[in-house]
Amino acid sequence: MPNIVPFKTFSSIAVPIDIPNCDTDQIIPGRFLRKPNNDPNYHLYLFHDLRFNSDGSEKEFSFNLKQFKNGKIFISDINWGCGSSRENAVIALKANGIKSVIAPSFGDIHYNNCIKNGLLPIQLSESECSLLRRQLHQNSDSEVTIDLGTQSVTGPDSTIYNFKINSFDKLRLIRGLDDISLTMEYEEKIQEFMIDYRKKHGWAM
Amino acid sequence: MGKTLFEKIWNEHVIYERDDGEGLLYIDRHLIHDLHYRSFASLKSQGIPIKEPGKLFGVPDHSVPTTAKNLEDIPKGEMREAIEGLQRSAKDFGYVHFPITDKRHGIVHVVGPEQGITLPGITLVCGDSHTSTHGALGCLSFGIGATEVEHVLATQTLWQRRPQMMRITITGQLALGVSAKDLILTIIKKISAAGGTGYAIEYTGSAIDKMSVEGRMTLCNMTIEAGSRTGIIAPDDITISYCKGLPYAPKGPLWDEAVSFWRTLRSDKDAYFDKELTIDGSAVIPMVTWGNSPQWALPISGSIPDPSLENDPMLRAEMEASLDYMDLKPGTSLSEIPIDTVFIGACTNSRIEDMRAAAEVIKGQKAKVRTLVVPGSGLVKAQAEMEGLDKIFTDAGMEWREPGCSMCIALNGDMLKPGQRAASTSNRNFQGRQGLGSRTHLVSPAMAAAASVAGHFIDVRNLYKEL
Repeated sequence: MPNIVPFKTFSSIAVPIDIPNCDTDQIIPGRFLRKPNNDPNYHLYLFHDLRFNSDGSEKEFSFNLKQFKNGKIFISDINWGCGSSRENAVIALKANGIKSVIAPSFGDIHYNNCIKNGLLPIQLSESECSLLRRQLHQNSDSEVTIDLGTQSVTGPDSTIYNFKINSFDKLRLIRGLDDISLTMEYEEKIQEFMIDYRKKHGWAM
Repeated sequence: MGKTLFEKIWNEHVIYERDDGEGLLYIDRHLIHDLHYRSFASLKSQGIPIKEPGKLFGVPDHSVPTTAKNLEDIPKGEMREAIEGLQRSAKDFGYVHFPITDKRHGIVHVVGPEQGITLPGITLVCGDSHTSTHGALGCLSFGIGATEVEHVLATQTLWQRRPQMMRITITGQLALGVSAKDLILTIIKKISAAGGTGYAIEYTGSAIDKMSVEGRMTLCNMTIEAGSRTGIIAPDDITISYCKGLPYAPKGPLWDEAVSFWRTLRSDKDAYFDKELTIDGSAVIPMVTWGNSPQWALPISGSIPDPSLENDPMLRAEMEASLDYMDLKPGTSLSEIPIDTVFIGACTNSRIEDMRAAAEVIKGQKAKVRTLVVPGSGLVKAQAEMEGLDKIFTDAGMEWREPGCSMCIALNGDMLKPGQRAASTSNRNFQGRQGLGSRTHLVSPAMAAAASVAGHFIDVRNLYKEL
């Protein structure tokens, strides 16, 4: 079960990640998928092969730069988190304290994985994300503020961007709910459904 | 208004639909593989039992060395721990598990359909994005994350947002030497790696009507590479005769009941699709990818594109990054690209039809480069050996391995060295996918076999002319 912390309004340095179609293999390479979630080195697996050379020295990558190292928000490009369903990608983001990823579009499975782990995926337009990334590169000590309650992002130049989110996902994030206990409240409905389902689709049982 | 095939199956499985559009779905089949073995300890620690162990099927595949015939052949470490962990959980929780010593063992997406665990009209999930494969049989299938895996184990249900509907109609017929792999690469190139995001894609049309279940699985398998979690094809006579008599398929009167339900599973004439697309199947030609997203694909007759001619600065940057990583120059014709490894396998292309397509090209020839042929299951392997295909591969100097995911994800010891370049029948050409620094070009089994014989990419259709 994921460790979910209720989502609160916060400000942080934001990190530009200029990779369109950034697949989850880039976010965490396959060879780390068998590591337990409490592995003390988990934070190093995030973008491992883009961040580190084979001798462990750092590559030129935005998240390695001094001004971005403590960022808790990623601002990315189209189709962030496409590809593999590996939830390890979210574990690696959380191991670095990343609380939100802002992108023009997300891989469907990764989007769900973020929500279920209390990490807020925010969809802004392609031009908005690209403008924000440009601002961060130019004026890198600027902060971005995220308010889930009002569904708004405040950029480094104080421009406010509003975003949409499913009402239940919002509630789930704000309260830090986990799905299993929530679904168990529907047990009666599930039982009722099963009586009919068994009658109708005995072949599938 | 009429309903789509997807909506018909969805509606049969919705327990409760919230006002925000999310539905609680009943899940008929849950497949699990070795990378999720920790889910069981997690549930145990919370004191949560598995709701319906009879609906759960376990197959170790990602971590299985393709040289191992039993557990003792696997050195102690992460791989063995994952495989043993899954096996132990099957004993503890009492669900069906196919160990690596079992003839039915293989890649989870090959074993499910082969055993009749996958059936038309059901909901099927697995903690793997290529679960889209199963939609080829006319079921609602999709990949899920680890938290969702635990949710399904605990409740046999899943909260899902109803996706939008897309229909892709493939007219005409695929030509000789052109396969479902070339078709799906053509589709991804056309709609992009994000073109299907938020949609379930139904495939239909004359090329689909004639396509085997194996080919349909290849098509649905890579639907996730277009961003869509679910590919689906209406069950027809081909599907029904495929399922008949399979070990876990219904028998007797239940079979008849099932078939009469399956016959209703077609999109109604007046069903609404949010997006429609038509592709001329007859015009599809063998494809090769050149970049680090499956959307960067070209017909074999093509050349590496020149990023400087691309107007969109973001696309240009992505193309440049791909060419840099792949060490390719604009203008190079695809058939000039030399390769040093060929991989024939993965849940995309490791079924008997794929083995036959590769063998047909290789017969009587020699592999010029290291070539791994990895059947998708023990049953595929046995069938191929019965047909003498293994002999064709080994006579050509290729390696004939035990079933597993192998070099598609490189978690089992089968991998490329940094800088090596592969022609691969797998589904992802992402950076480092086949090992740190690996360079992957996605192709069909016939194209991979042809590349193995030539040492570089060639148009396999030219070989057919000679055959």
